[in-house]
Amino acid sequence: MLRWLLKRVGQILPTLLILSVLIFALQQLMPGDPAVILAGEERGDAQVLAEIRAELMLDRPVWQQYLAWLGRVLVGDFGFSWRIRMPVAQLILEKLPVTLQLGLMAFVIAVIIGVPAGVISAVWRDKPADWAANGLALAGISMPNFWLGIMMILLFSVQLGWLPPSGYVSLAEDWRQSLATTIMPAFVLGTGIAGVLMRHTRAAMLSALSQDYVRTARAKGVAPAWVILRHALRNALIPVVTLGTIELGRLLAGAVLTEQIFTIPGFGKLIVDAVFNRDYPVVQGVVLATALIFVLLSLLADLLYMAINPRLRTS
Amino acid sequence: MKTKLTVAAVALGAGLLSVAAQAQAQALRVGLREDADILDPTLARTYVGRIVFASLCDKLFDIDDKLAIVPQLATGYTWEDPKTLRIALRPNVVFHDGEKMDAEAVRYSLNRHLTMQGSFRRGEINTMDSIEVVDPLTVRVRLKVPSAPFLSQLTDRAGMIVSPKAAEAAGKDFGQKPVCAGPFRFVERVAQDRIVVERFPEYWDAAHIHLNRITYLPIPDSSVRLANLQSGALDIVEIAPSDLSTVSGNNRVRIVQRDDLGYQSIAYNLGNGPRADTPFGRDPRIREAFELAIDRDALNQVVFEGLMTPTAQPIPPASPFHDAATKPAARDLARAQALLKEAGVTLPMTVEMTVPTNPELRQAAEVIQAMVKEAGFDLKIVAQEFASSLQAAQRGEFQTYMIAWSGRPDPDGNTWAFLHSRGAQNDGKAADPEVDRLLDAAREENDPARRLALYAQVWPIALGKNRMRMFLWHRKIIVAHNARLQGFTLLPDGIIRPQSLRLN
Amino acid sequence: MSATLASPRFQSPGWRAARRFARHRLAMAGLLVVVAFVLAALLAPWIAPYDPIATSWTRIRKPPSELYWFGTDENGRDVFSRVLWGARASLMAGVISVLAACCFGVPFGLLAGMAGGWVDAVVSRIADAMLSVPFLILAIALAAFLGPALQNAMLAIAISATPIFVRLARGMALEAKTAEWVDASRAIGNAPAVTAVRHVLPNILPALLVQATLAIAEAIIAEASLSFLGLGQQPPDPSWGSMLNGAQRFLTQAPWMSIYPGMAIFLVVLAFNLVGDGLRDALDPRAEMR
Repeated sequence: MLRWLLKRVGQILPTLLILSVLIFALQQLMPGDPAVILAGEERGDAQVLAEIRAELMLDRPVWQQYLAWLGRVLVGDFGFSWRIRMPVAQLILEKLPVTLQLGLMAFVIAVIIGVPAGVISAVWRDKPADWAANGLALAGISMPNFWLGIMMILLFSVQLGWLPPSGYVSLAEDWRQSLATTIMPAFVLGTGIAGVLMRHTRAAMLSALSQDYVRTARAKGVAPAWVILRHALRNALIPVVTLGTIELGRLLAGAVLTEQIFTIPGFGKLIVDAVFNRDYPVVQGVVLATALIFVLLSLLADLLYMAINPRLRTS
Repeated sequence: MKTKLTVAAVALGAGLLSVAAQAQAQALRVGLREDADILDPTLARTYVGRIVFASLCDKLFDIDDKLAIVPQLATGYTWEDPKTLRIALRPNVVFHDGEKMDAEAVRYSLNRHLTMQGSFRRGEINTMDSIEVVDPLTVRVRLKVPSAPFLSQLTDRAGMIVSPKAAEAAGKDFGQKPVCAGPFRFVERVAQDRIVVERFPEYWDAAHIHLNRITYLPIPDSSVRLANLQSGALDIVEIAPSDLSTVSGNNRVRIVQRDDLGYQSIAYNLGNGPRADTPFGRDPRIREAFELAIDRDALNQVVFEGLMTPTAQPIPPASPFHDAATKPAARDLARAQALLKEAGVTLPMTVEMTVPTNPELRQAAEVIQAMVKEAGFDLKIVAQEFASSLQAAQRGEFQTYMIAWSGRPDPDGNTWAFLHSRGAQNDGKAADPEVDRLLDAAREENDPARRLALYAQVWPIALGKNRMRMFLWHRKIIVAHNARLQGFTLLPDGIIRPQSLRLN
Repeated sequence: MSATLASPRFQSPGWRAARRFARHRLAMAGLLVVVAFVLAALLAPWIAPYDPIATSWTRIRKPPSELYWFGTDENGRDVFSRVLWGARASLMAGVISVLAACCFGVPFGLLAGMAGGWVDAVVSRIADAMLSVPFLILAIALAAFLGPALQNAMLAIAISATPIFVRLARGMALEAKTAEWVDASRAIGNAPAVTAVRHVLPNILPALLVQATLAIAEAIIAEASLSFLGLGQQPPDPSWGSMLNGAQRFLTQAPWMSIYPGMAIFLVVLAFNLVGDGLRDALDPRAEMR
């Protein structure tokens, strides 16, 4: 087990390395000269553009740019944002807690709503409760986040005046205000994922409930209903864990549209602005950070698989 | 149920806090449409950055309501000869770090703008040959050639004076904590979240400053900015035309609007690579037909609720250099079709238009597409994300390109770079020697009447005969603010100046 | 059931599954809606009351009426006709890209889960890396290189949806591998691939069906942001997603502009999910005994 874990942790570095090459390659594929987009309306002066290219090493071959970047990253220097000249590491550390808070809140909302709804609709299959749960879940999935977001802002901020329409206050600064600024975006994000979790929980529960031993146990009434449910749920969890960890990863990688609407300064906004502004050091830094999150979450998923199904541990 | 309870609890908390926030009077919250870039006047590029600089960094000169140049850190100027400018400075002005703002600081700042590596000001003031200190409150600027636009450049970032001591110490990181001589000093910045400045007590014009603190909040979504204003979370924001109807009946919100200095245009590729080599790029009659097929008024009504100002020239009506005789031609389909026939092209004629991704521009492009179709053009819209479109434009990978310009107070800033054959933003490489000669002459002409006449000669050639570019409309700046905010005037550049603002 | 067993023709599992599906009323309703949308898309030129790209400056953002059932949009185009025509781009973007992601992702996921070891490590880490590449970068790079076309948008969506199917199939395969019947299949000398297809795939089918039907919604909405970036359906041709995008500026001023395309997406997603549920039941041999 320990050896397995060490092996998995050992895979993290090569993964990040390959990904960084991939990102550098994709940046080369993206049109848009960073010096020109940096200059924007002031792109008139060719000499200034040349100076910027020289300073940012954009006039060197890609492999030189990559090696220089890699060399600095290996000693912990992620460079600075070309656009606002702030250190990338500082930007990431500044946005990470924001995204963590929003992502975890959304995820908790999604799990609290999604998993029980899935269980209920599987147990009361083809009953009104099932239909209602399915309808709501699918509505949550097909409703665009910007639509729900703006509607919530109009209702809770403009009409009722209960919540601030946008922006972010950190937990350390003022926890109540912090919750007030994040509850709407977390809800918007959470409902969409709740739908996904609900559908997967329901399907898996239906499968588990139709297993012979569960059916027999249910028919004979040998065990109380909740014991059976717990057992079925345990077996149903594999796809839910898979999707749950992926969705959590996506949340932590930044929920672009929702952060945009609610003006939450998290990873999503950071990377979108960085891509549109061709602020490559920021792009590289954020992608590495999110990749680390995804790799760790897939490790977590595997650990959870083993917790659910002990037979997996031996293989 | 659980969520409901949380919502209620949170709402209660929020309610308490908004009461607390109101007690903290004279703190202005400004909504920006995007995050500002680096806060160093030498290295800054963005329009929203200029809004933040209005509170941080005073300039040698400013513009007034009629685009006339008025003193700010300077008290006056005289032209000793067409190439020598003498500027008198305001006494007893200090920077945020307590250093004296004097002739030496002005010399340092202008040289910094001119020589610092990667300076975006260089292009604006590169006619400057040298600057010398005459006495502690006077500088003399020597130009390489006479330049009419030079002085107006000093009304913007190129005229911002930074503390030499702080600038020397910080070097390229000056933008992380700018030290200038503006009415407010820098407090903190959280990228993409907020920029906070606080009142600078030793400001030379402190009598006109009533606010204690300004927070700039970048909020990209226009309807969310408006929602913030409506709910009282922001005091002043710029809004989109489509949102105007939402607030026009609201008596807690005031709307101020005026034409900005810029324009929306369509650049034609006339000489940049093989894409220019089409009948559309070669024959001005076809481009005239294209323009005649477009109804600027209807376009304005459909996309912007009639709020923009249709135009056929780069100089906005607010400028004394606006040529009243150059008006947009009315839509004339018959004439457009006749021109196309004359040019002997087979219809429908396919034309590509590159459009940066922006919902309003996209709608405008669709309207134009429908309009020119009636004349026989099959307009293909190529939606491109802005950075990609800029690169395509520079490389000549476009046929027509919908591109806006934010505008400058001096007419040179709206014309030379776009219509001169050596202009850096002349992406289609339109070229005409007579246009070049007139634009160069206008640049060196200091007499306003003669300068106006020179520009008036440019339009018939560049736009009438050659159809080098099409100008569509001057944009409208629509600012909505809380009724509690007093003393706000919107100048033509749209920059929110903190002077005389007060919250009641 | 015993009655049908008598005739050998009815013993084919496919036939039995089809009959089970046909008895599933909700699934049939879903299928009906899907078919209706496909027909609407195919027959749009004949059944749409107006030209979907014909603009009119005199009927901008008019609310629904007898003339314009779903109202008109910001350029005076008939929303109902655009919803019908938009079904083409949106259904294609939704269904084809998800199918592609599924066909590509599932075999790799099964392989990783069944084989384990370094194969699993390589496939899984590639999937992790793919998940961490921002969609935006992929979209902009592809838009520049492949140009604006719907199939390129589908490619972008498929690429970004693939790792999810990999991970899902892998996770389920891992679990199925430990089940007794898989051991048994191995024990009697079946090749691993045969085991995977015969014994593991049916077991993970329910989860795949659920994910595929959900991914359709995501793909339809993603197509909108792609068309905005210059990939996907280009103006003035409609897709539901780009209609929603265009409606974003008028959510309160002209709610019909967003509600009807939104409803269309919801109905299609609902219908596909019902069909998915029906398929799941039909293909699950144990469901017969319910």
